[in-house]
This record gives sequence, structure tokens and C-alpha cells, in this order.
Amino acid sequence: MIKMKNVYKKYANGVVASNGINIDIHRGEFVYVVGPSGAGKSTFIKMIYREEVPTNGEVHFDNINVGQLQQKEVPKLRRRIGVVFQDFKLLPKLNVYENIAFALEVIEETPAEIRKKVNEVLKLVGLTQKARMFPNELSGGEQQRVSIARSIVNQPELVIADEPTGNLDPETSWDIMDIFEKINARGTTIIMATHNKEVVNTIRHRVIAIEGGIIIRDEIGGDYGYE
Amino acid sequence: MNSETLKRHFRESFKSIGRNRWMTFASISAVTVTLIIVGVFMTMMMNLDKIATNLEEDVEIKVLVDLAADDAAIKELEKQLKDNPKLTEIEFSSNEEELEIMIKGYGEEFALYKQGNPLRHVFYVKATDPQDTIKVAKEIEGYDYAFEVKYGEGKVEKLFNILNTGRNVGIVLMIALVFTAMFLISNTIRITIVARKQEIEIMKLVGATNSFVRIPFILEGIWLGILGAILPMILITLAYFNLYDYIQPKLEGELFQPLSKTPFIYQLNGLLLLIGIFIGAWGSFMSVRKFLKV
Ligand SMILES: Nc1ncnc2c1ncn2[C@@H]1O[C@H](COP(=O)(O)OP(=O)(O)O)[C@@H](O)[C@H]1O
Ligand SMILES: [Mg+2]
Repeated sequence: MIKMKNVYKKYANGVVASNGINIDIHRGEFVYVVGPSGAGKSTFIKMIYREEVPTNGEVHFDNINVGQLQQKEVPKLRRRIGVVFQDFKLLPKLNVYENIAFALEVIEETPAEIRKKVNEVLKLVGLTQKARMFPNELSGGEQQRVSIARSIVNQPELVIADEPTGNLDPETSWDIMDIFEKINARGTTIIMATHNKEVVNTIRHRVIAIEGGIIIRDEIGGDYGYE
Repeated sequence: MNSETLKRHFRESFKSIGRNRWMTFASISAVTVTLIIVGVFMTMMMNLDKIATNLEEDVEIKVLVDLAADDAAIKELEKQLKDNPKLTEIEFSSNEEELEIMIKGYGEEFALYKQGNPLRHVFYVKATDPQDTIKVAKEIEGYDYAFEVKYGEGKVEKLFNILNTGRNVGIVLMIALVFTAMFLISNTIRITIVARKQEIEIMKLVGATNSFVRIPFILEGIWLGILGAILPMILITLAYFNLYDYIQPKLEGELFQPLSKTPFIYQLNGLLLLIGIFIGAWGSFMSVRKFLKV
């Protein structure tokens, strides 16, 4: 599903964030991306949904050459990928329901479809009761659930999460991981950058460790490997 | 684009206008001032143009015939003039008729010349297209038996020069104003874009198309342009109607007349509205391109 060939990324300021990455991720996999801060995890992830383009090398999403994608083709790619961030990125003036519906409105879904799909994901993340509440009335874990709901409401094939539990306490983190597990169980591929050792060592999946822009370890069912 | 989307775009664009009132007011005012000046200038130029055309149409070319020309030669010259499609209203006036005109115009003293008439035969002609007057006059100078060609005695050139200078100065001024207004609009839109940065980021993240992101801002610019055009349209219409009613009766029977109220005022209003829309759309387009990167 995702294939990277000799991917090299140098930012305008001269920092090399990817220094020859080769990887193959298959449909349905759950992949942790681990490594110290500044290792290049976020860069790796951003090149998949074309937030960044590689300076050299190729990134493929199925048969799409992501790096070569024309500006006007990007929306098509983005509609197949859901993205979740550490800081949730919810719109403060919209309530839970509206925040999720927003993702469908702006890709011009019909109102009936929107209603159906939003209610479905609300149930999946367990927020049906809080649909009318606003982000500032929710706990961090609940906000992250809204953000996850938004990322999957368009039924993407791939969900990318950049440190989704980074701002959450351990207990809440487990709840969030439960949701990702459920999503993965439905066949959705998941790529998650994380610093959460407990999670990686408990819910075993493929682990890719990046350091200095290079993959130093790629192990199915591997452990976190850092202190 | 479905109707839900369209409604959404309109709603978003109206919301922004209500949100940053101060800049909205500044942009609308800039468009208003610009369009008032543009409107006044256009009214002046279009009326001057009409007067000039009226005058131009009345400019005669006077072809003095060579003294050596006999009747056959005069006939030949007449034929040449008549065969030239750039000329019209060809009239012959003999030297005796010319003298009569002199006497009528300057007094009986000129009657002395009846013995030895020093004047020449003359052809009076007009250029089919008044703009061609000078060119066609030069052409006639080349004809056999055309001794001298006179036209408007420099009046035509002067008129054209004044009109052209006026037009150029006005156009430069208007372009400068239009740019100022566009700049202000593009700043207003920039503020909207910054205010909605997070929203735009998420829109792009979930796969909204570039045009979907862009349209509300372009619409907002267009509203600013239209709102800015309203006052100039009303003011100029009222002013022109009043001025016309005041001036027109005084010019009854004169060669030149102001442009009638209609269709002129409709055309002018249409033009002002279009310029307003253009300023708004373009101003916001520049901002969108620069700050939205879509
Ligand atoms: N937009 C950017 N411009 C310049 N340098 C960047 C940018 N994004 C990240 N970097 C740099 O690239 C390196 C890798 O960053 P990142 O991929 O965010 O690492 P991680 O997510 O593993 O912490 C860091 O040194 C970071 O400072
Ligand atoms: Mg990171």
C-alpha cells in the first residue's frame, strides 16, 4: 500500500530529516513509528499524505506517485487518508457533531450521507451523548476521540496518527488505543508515530524505529526499544 | 457544485464581511472613492468625446484650385475627389462665389476686387471618417491642380491633442486608484484568511479542493466591490440627471449636446458595477494566491 524508495528529505534550512528511507507497508497493517525527538518521524508521516514532498526518491500510495502528484490531485489522495494529531486540531466554534461533519461538508457530501456517517462514527468513538458539546467542554481524551472520528468519517483506507496519545494521561491513552484497534480490526491500515512505550510493548504490532532520518529497525511484533 | 455547497460558500463569505468590520469599511470606502472619481471622469470624457465628434464632423477641408487649371482640369480634380471613398460632401465654389462670401463676411470694401478677382476656385470636402481629416488632407495635396489644402486651421489637431492628453492623464489616475482599492481589498481578505487559518488547514487536510477553499474569499471580495459601487452609482445617476436637466435646455439648437440620460446612465452604472466587481475579485484573488497557497 505504501512504498518508499530511497527517500531523502532536506528542508529549506538545510536539515536532513530523511536520509534514504526504504519501506513497504501493506494494507491492513498496524505500524508504530518510534524514535527520539527530531529523528524524522513526523517528516516520514507527512510525506505519505503529501504535507511534505521528498527532495529525492519516491513515495507511492498504491499506484499513486505521491511526490510527483500535481497540486490539484492532492485532494483525491487526502480523501483516502485520515490524519490525527497530538493537539487534536478541532475547531473551537463548532460542536462535536459539527467538527466531524465539517470534514464531509468540505468535500461536498450530501446532507443525508453526512448525517448517517457522522452518527455512525459518533457511536464508534462513544460520543453520541456529547454530540452537542463544544471542544472546550470536553476532556483531552474526548477531544482526541472527536479528532479520530473526524479522521475516519470518510472511511479512509489509511489512518495516520502523529503522537495521538502525547497529550493524554496513561489511562486515557488506553481508551484511545482501543479505538485505533477497532478501526484496524475493520481493515483500515494504521501508521502511528508514538513515544508511548507502554502501549508499544503491550499492544504488539510492527515497529519501525527511525533515528537521524534512517530506519534502524523494522520488526513485526517488536518492542519500543528505548528507555 | 451542489446547492448545499453554494449556500455554504455564500454563508461563509457573508460571515467574514461581518467579522472584520473595520477593514471591510476601509475597503468599501476605497472602492467607493475610486468609482466616484472613475464615474465623474467617464462622464466628462464621454461627453467631451461626443462634443469632439460633433465638432470633428463639422471640420471641412478646403481645397484651393491651381490658377492654371482650366475647366477640364477642374472637372478632373472633382472626379478625383469624388472617386476617393475617404471623402464625402464634395462641393465646388467658384472664385466669384468665394468673393461673395468674403464680401458678406468682411464688408463692401472687398467689392473692389470684382474687377480683378485674386481668389481661387475652391472645393469644400469632408472626410468620411473625421479622424482621417489630417491624413486625407495630405493625400489631396498630392493631386494635380490642388494648389493648397486647408483644414480647421490647426483646430482639429489641437482638439485631438487636448482630448488625448486628458484621456491619458485620467487613465493613469484611474489605474492608480483602482490599484489602491485592490490593495486594500487584498489586505482585508488576508485578514479573513489569517482568521480562518486553522479551518483552512483542516479543510485541506481532509481533501477539500482548492477551488472549494478559494471561492468564499473570492465571493467576499466581490461583495466588497459591489457594496463599494452602490453609492457611486446612485450619486452619479442623480448628479447627471440634475446636470442634464439644467444644461440641456441651454444648449437647445447648438451643435453639441450632452449625452442623453439613457442609455448612457445605464451603461455607466453597468460599467461602474463591473469595475467594482473586478476590483474585488482581483484584490481577493491576489491575497488568496499569496496566503492560501492553493
Ligand atoms: N518544516 C521544517 N523546516 C525545517 N526543518 C524541519 C521542519 N520540520 C522538521 N524539521 C526538522 O527536521 C528534523 C526532523 O523533524 P521531525 O520529522 O518533526 O522529527 P520527529 O517527528 O521525529 O520529532 C528535525 O531536526 C526538525 O527540526
Ligand atoms: Mg514529530
